[in-house]
Amino acid sequence: MTLYLMAGLLFTPLAWAVLTLLVGFTRGRLITWAGILVQVLVSLTLWLAVSRDGGFYYGLGGWDAPLGIELRVDGLAVTFVLLTAVVASACAIHAGVYIDPDKPWHRYFWPLFWFLWSGLNAVWLGGDLFNLYVGLELISLAAVGLVALGGSVAALRASIRYLLAALLGSLAYLLGVALMYGQFGTLSIAGVVFWLDQHPVPAGSGLALALMIAGLALKTALFPLHRWLPPAHGIARSPVSALLSALVIKASFYIAARLWLELGEPLGSLAAAQLVGLMGSAAVVWGSWLACRQPELKQVVAYSSVAQIGYLFLLFPLTYSVSESVALQARQGMTLQVISHALAKAAMFLAAGNLILSTGSSRVNALTGVSRFLPFSLFSFGLAGVSLMGLPPSGGFAAKWLLLQASLGSAQWWWVLVLLAGGLLSAVYVFRIYRASFLDGPETDQFYHPPRSLELVPMVLALMALGLGLVADPVLSVMALPLEDGSR
Amino acid sequence: MTLNAWMPVFALMTSLIAAVVIFALPEKGYRLRTTVNLGAALLKLGLVAVMVWGVFRGVDYGLSYTMLPGVTFMLKADALSMMFAGLSAVLWLLTTIYAVGYLENSPNRARFFGFFSLCVASTMGVALAGNLFTFFLFYEMLTLSTYPLVVHRGTEKALQAGRTYIIYTLTGGAVLLLGIAWLHGVVGDLPFRPGGHFGDADPDIQQSLILIFILLVAGLGVKAALFPLHGWLPQAMVAPAPVSALLHAVAVVKAGAFGIVRVVHDIYGVEASSALGLLEPLAWLAAFTILYGSVRALSQGDLKRRLAFSTISQVSYIILGISLFGPVAAAGGLVHLLHQGIMKITLFFCAGNYAETLGIHRIEELDGAGPRMPGTSVAFTIGAFGMIGVPPLAGFITKWTMGSGALAVDMGWVIAVLVASSLLNAAYFLPVVHRLWFREPADRWPRECRWGKLETSAWLFWPPLLTAVMTVMVGVLAALTFSPLFWAELIVLREYSP
Repeated sequence: MTLYLMAGLLFTPLAWAVLTLLVGFTRGRLITWAGILVQVLVSLTLWLAVSRDGGFYYGLGGWDAPLGIELRVDGLAVTFVLLTAVVASACAIHAGVYIDPDKPWHRYFWPLFWFLWSGLNAVWLGGDLFNLYVGLELISLAAVGLVALGGSVAALRASIRYLLAALLGSLAYLLGVALMYGQFGTLSIAGVVFWLDQHPVPAGSGLALALMIAGLALKTALFPLHRWLPPAHGIARSPVSALLSALVIKASFYIAARLWLELGEPLGSLAAAQLVGLMGSAAVVWGSWLACRQPELKQVVAYSSVAQIGYLFLLFPLTYSVSESVALQARQGMTLQVISHALAKAAMFLAAGNLILSTGSSRVNALTGVSRFLPFSLFSFGLAGVSLMGLPPSGGFAAKWLLLQASLGSAQWWWVLVLLAGGLLSAVYVFRIYRASFLDGPETDQFYHPPRSLELVPMVLALMALGLGLVADPVLSVMALPLEDGSR
Repeated sequence: MTLNAWMPVFALMTSLIAAVVIFALPEKGYRLRTTVNLGAALLKLGLVAVMVWGVFRGVDYGLSYTMLPGVTFMLKADALSMMFAGLSAVLWLLTTIYAVGYLENSPNRARFFGFFSLCVASTMGVALAGNLFTFFLFYEMLTLSTYPLVVHRGTEKALQAGRTYIIYTLTGGAVLLLGIAWLHGVVGDLPFRPGGHFGDADPDIQQSLILIFILLVAGLGVKAALFPLHGWLPQAMVAPAPVSALLHAVAVVKAGAFGIVRVVHDIYGVEASSALGLLEPLAWLAAFTILYGSVRALSQGDLKRRLAFSTISQVSYIILGISLFGPVAAAGGLVHLLHQGIMKITLFFCAGNYAETLGIHRIEELDGAGPRMPGTSVAFTIGAFGMIGVPPLAGFITKWTMGSGALAVDMGWVIAVLVASSLLNAAYFLPVVHRLWFREPADRWPRECRWGKLETSAWLFWPPLLTAVMTVMVGVLAALTFSPLFWAELIVLREYSP
């Protein structure tokens, strides 16, 4: 059973990528819908299996580490696999209607989409540093390709910039991996942890971790390495922006978080943890500030991603040399923030795409009168905004609450200020959009009304982000399951 | 689970489902929308009436589940929550009727009534919340659902007011969240309980408890319009009249005052709050706000702005009452939660009627409007006399109870505040009443509309008269079972002898 599930998760996306490469956009769409069905079913089954029996290590094809590909199937990983299935399917359904099939280069959308998905699954489940690298590269290359599909010169420029940033990040990460391998003689994270249990910490091994995390921070667009993100996410087609903001940047963050949680305590230092937290805080403030000042709707949403990523990096100081309960709260808060931001940001980008389609302009000021004639897409946008502002009952609020508790519990009150100020700053840019749309506009309806299917997708995602807070406890309980110690 | 456990959920759901249905209906579905809205309001009134009777007999309503690790979502009905829920259920029905008439033929009605219902659902949640966390959930939902109502007209001025409103309330919300999260970190998840939790508080945490109390009251004080956090309220006047009525009488300011009552009575407990030295400063702040609001009201030329400053003053009666540390005074404060709501909504309905029927916004334009609109003007006069505290109207009951309560705990200065405030009330309401009845009207009204055989549209005519009748009745019949005063005394009895 598990074999089929694993094969389904990792190889069907690859197979679908090849299949869709052979046909045009319209046929690719049909094939994709079948693939989505498979992926959602497989992801859900795996999630149910893990939530019932707990996680496990899995050697792909029966080969165990260090020879084979070792997968780590725990509660966190399967939750993100399921999240990917939800968000990616939503984006694909939206893209199927949104993207114009007549442009010849759009036929590459589906293959790139499927490569991206397989990379994501590989990252969520990967257990050793090199396979994580492979997954990460797959994601980056597919994402760069997707940005370039925008077709314009600006899109190409943004995608080249993105490519350079991604390559630089990979380089730093790979250097760290090489150092790690030299030091510990294994690439498996569990193997390194095992080695460190037996031996004293060798001098200089902090450098390897620092290099890897710095590379990943660049790929996640952590302040001050964020400059590549807004142009790329802003210029891409809306479903692509949604995929990038919701999932792609989470993949590199996920690896950084996993490395930190496993190796941070022995290899990291208090100063490093605080520094990363500080950069995260700066991202929250600076990203929100710039989001308030953007004239273009999608740039607002893109800068909001820069800000929201900042919260995630509070995980570093909140899990370093603190009590077990505080670390647990920080981990749970981080998980909820990843999920709720993924859902809310995808909803927001898709809704923004619809609004741009309707008004025919990408500017915030063009929204005047929208709330009168196009309430539905605006509503989705607004509900997603509630989660980004961290207001109840959204998942963003639940995440903020847990991070607040962790900060108070470890007496790091400065993060409390960041969390509260960040919420208020995000309200400034979200309410800026509301304000523009509530302004009394033309008496008659001059807007294009997009098809209902386009409007429904962001609404569903936004409602999930909003409702996440109410069911946060069951969602988190899957992550609390013990990991069955299978390998090594 | 039993039916009783779900009753609060049903009461909440009536307006929540109404909101969703209204959003889904097309803009033109006027008749169906009104039917759904009024049906839901009536159903909710019925549910609340059943719960009031149940709470009186000591039935437990409520349910809870774990929402986040260590945090429960808890709904429950106790005497205090039923007071607030009852107020919002009754006034929702009347305000909906009023709003249907008020907004006739204006755009964006689906949006308006949808958010209106959401706002009432949030108020219901605030009333029925069983712990601070749940309270906060609905408190913030209230902020969000009232914003579209405040900016409803879509003018630059309305958006500016909405901006001020949002800056004040969200900042207040952030401060409140900090207080709640800190309290949670110190003592864990506390349900609301008459008598509070800190009767025998650990001396080590006293310092934190004092700071947390300040944060909580500061956060809640924004919506309760406590000085100096009241700045948003006069600006929010640009909203349509039914919204102002709802904001002032039921939803926003009351949610803030109700929250402060919850914190003092059911989290800290009056004894512990007093022992920590927190009540006396709060009483002084409330007393100052009462006088400040009244003094500012004197100089307002716009009718609705004058009413807004009057609200700032009147809501602080509630806070003054509960911070006097005596059962009678507390009953006086709590009963004002209802009394102020009924009186203030009457006044706002009337102000809306003058604006819609005659185009009157400023006080000097009201000359001689009494004979032209006798029903509305009688209602306005009753509301104004009630506010001043003329016996036997609602406001008199409040002031009398609170005054005798203050004497019982040897706080004579409160009498001085009450007398000064009543004089000021008279000074800013009596000129308006005088203009209504005893001045010659100008040649023509600023913008007159005819609505058939009544002085104004029937939808607008009856609600203020009904609430005016209530203003009289709650005063005259204050000694009866189930009068607001009786209910306030029941709450206080449960609080002071838990």
